[in-house]
Amino acid sequence: MVEQPILPSTLRAYGYHKWIGLTVFLLVLVRLAWRWTHPVPPPAAMPEWQRRAATLTHACLYLLMLGIPLSGWIYSSATGIQVVYLGLFPLPDLVAKDKTLAAVLKAVHITLNFTLLALVIIHAGAALKHHFVDRDGVLARMLPSLSRR
Amino acid sequence: MKTLRTFIPPLAAMLLAAAGGASAQGVLIDKSEIRFVSKQMGVTVEGRFRKWKANVDFRPKELAKSKAEFEIELASIDLASEESESEVRRTVWFDTAKFPVAKFASTAMKDLGGDRYEIAGTLSMKGSAKDVIVPVGIRKDASGNSVAEGQFTLKRLEFKVGEGLWADTDAVANEVLVRVRMVLPPVR
Repeated sequence: MVEQPILPSTLRAYGYHKWIGLTVFLLVLVRLAWRWTHPVPPPAAMPEWQRRAATLTHACLYLLMLGIPLSGWIYSSATGIQVVYLGLFPLPDLVAKDKTLAAVLKAVHITLNFTLLALVIIHAGAALKHHFVDRDGVLARMLPSLSRR
Repeated sequence: MKTLRTFIPPLAAMLLAAAGGASAQGVLIDKSEIRFVSKQMGVTVEGRFRKWKANVDFRPKELAKSKAEFEIELASIDLASEESESEVRRTVWFDTAKFPVAKFASTAMKDLGGDRYEIAGTLSMKGSAKDVIVPVGIRKDASGNSVAEGQFTLKRLEFKVGEGLWADTDAVANEVLVRVRMVLPPVR
């Protein structure tokens, strides 16, 4: 098998990928701080199972938004490549270099991402269903500009 | 005849190994290392060479007679991933098929005092030769060996290591820090 040569753009993409991921991680922390200090609006009227599903989905979304960048960071450490935010701020390596662990973490990082993608689609689909089918105030609760029309 | 033939290859291999490992002071290869540090996207990436030969004859009192010679098998590079190891063997990097070995040969040594020395020499790699100066510090370890540690910075583009798209030093910096640690047994 002839391996494809690596390109500088690939290397750059890896760099940007990590910086974007870390930025998201930081933004999630800001979001969590906001969520902690600002109560959410009262829930719209809906069956109990739907409310429970929504709560569970929200919890999973937060866990994934934190877990995905973290798994990427640990993965990078396991491959022996330190994460240096914006090429300026070196982050500590969370684990020692370990090829077996790196392979596992790569799979974890990818799986978590597809899980998040699936959840986002279901979540957005549910919000649209509430807006267009149930015509309740769920989407307007998230986007106040909708209710002003 | 048949038995003899089966013996020749291992014998030849042993002789070759002995010749390869031969050095005036018998550098303790297992305790010594040739490492380097490069920067990719602002990230410090360390590596080393697994196979190299040394011919060191260091006499602090007779620096003019001293010498330090190294032959580094570039394909034996140890990097973060196998993918990057096979990448740097390519034509645009080391081109190990055509230039398998990098060489360093000292030309002059200077005593700086306080167990510090300056070793001037020529570094040849990928068909280019450049003069380099390596400051080295020498100390004794617990078992009486001499530990010589030195480092210098080379510019990879001066040796055409990383050509074409890779000549862009934003992705991979031009400067590469080379760190050498040689452990020499006590002189008898």
